[in-house]
Amino acid sequence: MAATTVPDKTTRRHAGRGTAGPKAAGGRGGLSRKLTHNLQAYGFLIGAIICFGLFSWYPMVREFIMSFQQTKRGVTSWVGFHNIKTVYHDPYFWTAWKNTGLFTLYALVIGFAVPFLVAILLNELRHARAYLRVLVYLPVMLPPVAGALLFKYFYNPEYGLFNRILKFFHLPTSQWLDSSHTALISVVIAATWMSMGSATLIYLAALQNIPGELYEAADLDGAGLWSKIWHVTIPQTRLVLSLMLLLQIVATMQEFTNVFLMAGGNGPENSTMTVVYMVYQYGYRYNNFGGAAALGLFLLLVLVGFSGLYARLNRNSD
Amino acid sequence: MAEFTPQNRTLISSAALARPRGKRIYWTVLTVVIVVFTLVFVGPLYWMITSGFKSVHEVVQNPPTLFPHDPQPSNYHTAWTQLKLAKLLWNTFYYAFGALAFQLVFDVTAAYALSKLRPVLGNVVLGAMLATLMIPSAVLIIPQYMTVLDLPLLHVNLINHPWAIWLPTVANGFNIFLLKRFFDSIPNDLMAAAAIDGAGPTRTLLSIVLPMSRPILGVVSIFAVVNVWKDFLWPMLVEPDPTKQPINIGINSLSQGVPENVLIAALAISALPTLLIFLLFQRNIMSGLTAGSLKG
Repeated sequence: MAATTVPDKTTRRHAGRGTAGPKAAGGRGGLSRKLTHNLQAYGFLIGAIICFGLFSWYPMVREFIMSFQQTKRGVTSWVGFHNIKTVYHDPYFWTAWKNTGLFTLYALVIGFAVPFLVAILLNELRHARAYLRVLVYLPVMLPPVAGALLFKYFYNPEYGLFNRILKFFHLPTSQWLDSSHTALISVVIAATWMSMGSATLIYLAALQNIPGELYEAADLDGAGLWSKIWHVTIPQTRLVLSLMLLLQIVATMQEFTNVFLMAGGNGPENSTMTVVYMVYQYGYRYNNFGGAAALGLFLLLVLVGFSGLYARLNRNSD
Repeated sequence: MAEFTPQNRTLISSAALARPRGKRIYWTVLTVVIVVFTLVFVGPLYWMITSGFKSVHEVVQNPPTLFPHDPQPSNYHTAWTQLKLAKLLWNTFYYAFGALAFQLVFDVTAAYALSKLRPVLGNVVLGAMLATLMIPSAVLIIPQYMTVLDLPLLHVNLINHPWAIWLPTVANGFNIFLLKRFFDSIPNDLMAAAAIDGAGPTRTLLSIVLPMSRPILGVVSIFAVVNVWKDFLWPMLVEPDPTKQPINIGINSLSQGVPENVLIAALAISALPTLLIFLLFQRNIMSGLTAGSLKG
């Protein structure tokens, strides 16, 4: 054994205590060897630790501190619950939460159900599977500016492609992004088009893991198509479905890019203003970073529950 | 059941599909699915590319034309020069591959240390890194921005500097998770054998661990590049200088006052690099997606 010790499963457990085996020869040599080993290991870790420290761990602590501080003309002072009260009494506080909630709800109805149904359909086809999979995933690879501005054109009430197609078939047209009634759902439809590929492929992989015997047994019991979906497909993919559900809630409640690019953030009559857009406004329009942090704290409180549930389910799935 | 293994057995049995009625329904559904999916997912892209060739009038003409009547490749040229796409694309490329390099160096060495070297308090560090996965990224934007404005201890301002994009990408708990899980599956006997041959940790990492980890390195690399390419809010905040912006922010901020057909041509150009990456690496991307993101 040379100076470098690579602990394996048996020695690792004793590594803290100066140990058994061939390495125990010479107490002081063992200690300095362990010290070198640890120093070396932390040498490997140092880059990541610095980056996590600067851009994850410290900001996490700072998020709490900033929520209770106010900076005016370069002087930072503690203001207690002032920031939290300010954002809570902001006339748009509940508007933003209502929009974020609605966005998440629409995204669940459209963005959660559609990929699952598409995956079930694709899983039944015996031909062109690779082609269809590539198609569904294609929009995921678009840069957001291309996808969002493209849909902004399609949605244009005067010359947009959607209204032209509707007119061609003599169907009623819509104001899409220009009306406070349809703006939010228009953004959700575009966002679903852009992102449904990932969910579809994940569901497809889960569907392929369902043992075929289960379907055969269901056939023998005389089960129809729907009862097979209800009693075999859904129970067998329940874990993946619930994980994706939580993941999607956490992601859609942080919506910013699409409302910003397609509806200019607020949308008509503030109908697309989400919580994260409001955070952005507080920070970069009103220059009130304390208020922005306080609003972020509200979001954190709501979302951490969902992420915690996700982490728990994910651990159980191992 | 001649052509399908039991695993391929799905909702509808092959026997049902082999019957004349089943066959007819199957082929109808297949045709409809292929046509509808092509229209829905390729249609918009086709519209984008062809509209880039149309005149301003033809883009908004009713009913829309399928092919450009009088193709104007000059739109693409105008878009390229007027929106300074070469610069924007180069910036994006620079940020994406810089972020990739930082993630490969720092996250791979960190995951290797946590999986194989296992220093004192290694599990605490791992736990703290994985805990960051629980915090929604949008919540951290404001304090992260303040950090970038005035880096603690060093007191450097990173705004308009590529480091502001590169360094935060290293703090990715998901990378650490994926890489460490993969390194855990490499047998410790191999490590011990390398140590007996006199290889130090660096040598072991380079000659044994990395060559065995190509699949996971591929997944991490592709997502590192794609994530930077698709990011929007963070680069908008930390790269306000128009000459330093990546493509998403640059096109959006220059989009006002540009004729429709030229802007659409610019969108088509901006979409090209990632679509090419996807078509080249589609197998790795799609298998990486299903292998990786489930256990996030």
